Formats: sequence, structure tokens, C-alpha cells
Amino acid sequence: MKRNHKQKAREGSPWTGLSAVIGKEMADHLTSARMRILEILIILTAAGTGYAAIQQISSTNNQDQFLFLRLFTAAREPLPAFAGFLGFLVPLVSIALVFDAINGEFNRRTISRIISQPIYRDALLLGKFLGAFFTLALVLSAIWLLIFGIGLLGIGVPPTLDELLRSVLFLVATIAYGGFWMALGLLFSTIFRQSATAALASIAVWLFFTAFWEMLVSLAVQTFLPIQFGFLEEFLAQAKLELTLSRISPNTLFAESTVGLLNPSIRSLGLLLPFELEGAILGAPLPVGQSLLLIWPHLTGLIAITIILFAFSYIVFQRREIRS
Amino acid sequence: MADLIIETKDLTKKYGDFVAVRSLNLVVKQGEIYGLLGPNGAGKTTTILMLLGLTEPTSGQVRVLGFDPTRQPLKIKSQAGYIPDQVGFYDELTAMENLIYIAKLNGIPRREAEKRINESLKKVSLTSVDGKRVGTFSRGMRQRLAVADVLIKNPKLIIMDEPTQGLDPESAREFLKLIRQLSDSGITILLSSHLLHQVQVICDRVGLFRSGEMVLEGTVNELAKKVLGGGFHISLRANGAKKNLLDELKKMSNVVDVKFIAPDHYSIVASSDLRAQAAKTIIDAGGNLYSLDVDNVSLDEIYNSFFQEVTHETQS
Repeated sequence: MKRNHKQKAREGSPWTGLSAVIGKEMADHLTSARMRILEILIILTAAGTGYAAIQQISSTNNQDQFLFLRLFTAAREPLPAFAGFLGFLVPLVSIALVFDAINGEFNRRTISRIISQPIYRDALLLGKFLGAFFTLALVLSAIWLLIFGIGLLGIGVPPTLDELLRSVLFLVATIAYGGFWMALGLLFSTIFRQSATAALASIAVWLFFTAFWEMLVSLAVQTFLPIQFGFLEEFLAQAKLELTLSRISPNTLFAESTVGLLNPSIRSLGLLLPFELEGAILGAPLPVGQSLLLIWPHLTGLIAITIILFAFSYIVFQRREIRS
Repeated sequence: MADLIIETKDLTKKYGDFVAVRSLNLVVKQGEIYGLLGPNGAGKTTTILMLLGLTEPTSGQVRVLGFDPTRQPLKIKSQAGYIPDQVGFYDELTAMENLIYIAKLNGIPRREAEKRINESLKKVSLTSVDGKRVGTFSRGMRQRLAVADVLIKNPKLIIMDEPTQGLDPESAREFLKLIRQLSDSGITILLSSHLLHQVQVICDRVGLFRSGEMVLEGTVNELAKKVLGGGFHISLRANGAKKNLLDELKKMSNVVDVKFIAPDHYSIVASSDLRAQAAKTIIDAGGNLYSLDVDNVSLDEIYNSFFQEVTHETQS
């Protein structure tokens, strides 16, 4: 194909109009009925799990060094802990915010009017993503503050600097986790013309990782590395493969980050052999920096896959013909 | 060249093997209303999208307002307004909010934007409903809002795709009047339509499209000459002549064709206004003349006649 005329780059910044798109998207999200429902859901979660955690903490009356972090991790049946709750609420909220981002513009026939304005498609796509992303960040920060407030009132002990840093990092990890699902939802909203199909596709991926991935992993591990002789090496290889495979799931990455951040006594997220623990004081907490180092690969992994998914949406969207 | 608003050279767009637009050479001058006419799927919308840089040409060159749409689309889009076929708005937002968003995308400062929005709404007489949600608007109001929408950027060129489609005759007339007013204020207008009779009233020049090619171009009268062989259709009623009127009429100069329509009713196609001569011919032949009229040729006729010819040619 002859492409001589394209050798020179296009003129003008791809970010022209980006802030206008972000502003419009955030305004839309924050005033939409969809957001109201999500807010109610998430405030209920925060209040419920926060309350349950406080009950749990005061009933055990233990000498936990990190009392404040227990707010996020303590659970009382039948409710899961706040961190666990976020594990499946955040994907749903993220998907709900973006599943009709691009195809909605097509269906409302606003797309041709918008991109005939002096902006590039880049600004529209990135603005859609960032608008939803900032909305999510805002909501999660509000909940985080809510939990924090409940904690201060309920426990009556202020958090240490270490605890504060850890819980802020936890917030960052949660937002990054939301970013992944958002990028996925955005990709489907560019690929599928129907919003409902896009939503369903995102939910299907979420369900796959939440419900079936673990099952598939253990099945795969037993098929490829069966225990034949009962050697330690066999068990070790099996466990390693299982860990690697399960870490493909963003849910695992998030869950492990949560554990690493909110539980200072966790020294490794992988296998730990007895000789590796030589000289270690069991139960002694790690400093924040070391815990962060522990989950660093998880965090970068999440962000990297978010960027890759966004790049895919970008390619699909740039190639999409505007006429319906 | 400053007075050429749109200029294309051998512009071609292919979708796979399908040629949507073939070697289009289009020139639109400053201040014109130019109509791209043709049936659905003739390549009009594709042409428009290429002019705005919304889709890439396969080959050929385009200049719009002196810029290249593939490389400098932002420069074009900040001066050219586009009103798409069946324009969409955010229904849950008010007319005002919709326009503010567009002003922001154009990078117009807030105070200036408010001024321009109010002026634009006034021009399309929607000031009274600026706070209403667009979801409650009628088709005609939406179409007018779309005009206000492009006026915000003080455009030099407005491109409209099927502007009168879906409007009732009254709103369509109103809308065409609005287009005329825009043109009078110095804006160049390119519009596409398949409703030929509607747009012929306002177009300075038209281009007829058929399966991706522009097959005819010119003013309505020029097209009539080209296609029908003459610009004037004269309808004539007479009787009582001693000679054969049909033959006598055919003898006049500048006559292209004379048809017998009904007893005592003839139709003359001529390249000039032959009414006086025709009257004289009938009196000289001893006939009684009852009526003599010039029919205005409509684009529909030109169009039908042209495509009939084309189909005949391809059949033979």
C-alpha cells in the first residue's frame, strides 16, 4: 500500500481537548444514577465491614501491634473483610463505569460530532479512561477515609506512621487494580458495538478469574506435573507452577498485594523453605519499605497489563470507521 | 489559492475491493453553497469524512481551507463545522451544556464561549429552550441545535450530511432558509443530499454522484443543458392549424425536441427561450394559441433523465 503522504507526522498535540473530555466524563459519572447505586453499595460495604472489624478487634482484645490495619483485614462471619470485599467490588465498579464508554458514543450518534471537533481520537479515548479512573480514585479515597474515620472513632487509638503508609499503599494498590478492570472494560467497549455485550464480556472475564481460574490452575498443575514418586522436588515444582499460573490472574495479584501490605509479618508471597527462615525472628514485622518491595512485582504487573490493554483499545479505536 | 475552500485531486477511497469514491476532483469556492447529490451509497458521506480527516483517503490529494486533512486535521476542524447525518446529542444534558462541552473541546475561553453560544442559539432561535434537556427536543430543533453547535467555532466552512432528511416539509423549508442565511453571512457550505428537489433551490452548484464517481457538475441550469440538451422546457397548447404543428415547431432554430403530449398539447425542449418564436409560428400556421409556459426544470428531471440515459447506454 502506498503511504507516502503519511511519512510526515500529523500536526497538533494529541492531548488537545483532553481536560475537557476528562471534565465532562467525571461530571457525567458523578451525577449519574449508576454512580448513586455504586456509592450506596460501597458505603454499605465500608460501614458494614468497618463495624464488623471493630467488633472483632474489641472482642479479641489482643496485643496486636498493628491494630489499625486489622480494620481492613478483620472479618466476622458471614461478612468477608473489607479488603476481600473490595477484591470483587472494585472490578464491578470499574466495569460499570466504562462498559459503554466508546460504544455509547456510537449508539448515541455523538461520536462523529465529537471527533469533528479539533481534537484527536487519542484525547477522547484517554479522557474516557482517565475520567472513569479519577472517579474511581475519588470514590475509593472517600471510602478509605470513611473506614479511617470509623477506625479512629471505634478503636480510639491513632494509627502509627507505619500503619498510615501501609494503608495508603493499600489504597494505591486498590486503585491500580481498578485500573486494570477499567482498561479491560474500555477495550470491550471499543470492540463491541452493543454496550450490553461489552458489559457481559467484561463480567465474563471477571467471573472466569474469580471462580474458575484456580480450578483450572490446579487441574493444569496436576496434569503437567503429576506427583509420581512423592519426592520433595516434585511437590516443590508443582507448587511453583501453581503459584506462577495463579499469578496470571489479576485477582491473585491484588489479593497478594493486600496481604503483603496489610500484614507486616508476611515475609514472602511465595514458597518459604525452612532453611530460608534461619535466623529469622518469627512473627517479627517487616518495615514498610520491605513489604512494598515484596509486592512491587505485583503492582508493576497490574500497571503493565493495564497499559497493554489500553494500547489495544487505542489500536482498535484508531482503526474504527466512524460511519455506522 | 485563497478563494478555493475545498480542492481534491484524484481522491480515491477503497474499502477492500469496493471503491467508495473514485478519482474525485472537486473544487468548492469561497462563499458557495455546493450540493453533493446522489442516491444513498454513492460515496457522498465517505467524501465528507475524507475532507474532515475522519477517514483516510486511499490515494489522491485533498486541501481543505489550505490544509491537508490527514496531517493537519486539527487546523481544519477548528475552522470547519460538520453536521452529520442524524446528528446525536447527549440527551441527558441541556442544550446549553451540550454546547459548552463543544466550546471546551474547541479550547474557547469560558467567557467568550458563553457569548458565542448565546449568539449561536439566537441565530437558530433556540434561546428560549437553552436550559431544556436535548432529549425533549424535536427532530427539527435538534437539527437547528446542530447548526448552533457548529457556529460556536465561527466556521469558514460548514459541511452538512443530509441536512433535511427526516424533517417535515415545513421544518425542511425553514432549515433551508437558515442555510441560505448562513451562506449570506459569508460561510461556505457543502451539503450532501438525495432529496434533489429540496436542495436545488439553494445550491449554487451541484455535483451528481453515482457509485463513487462524480458524473456531472455545474449549476442546475448548466446541468439541464448538458443532460436534457437544452435549458428550456416550453409547454404549449394550440389547435386549429392548417399545417402540422409538430413539424412547424420543429423547424424553429435552437429547438432540441418537440413532443406531442396530448391532442393540442405540445412540449418543446430548447436551448433558449423560444416562446415568442413559438407563438409566431403558430399564428403564422393559422392556429389558435391557448397557453404558452416555460417549465422550470427540476433536478429530479435532470437526474432521472441522466440515469435513464446511463442505464440505456449500459444496456445497449
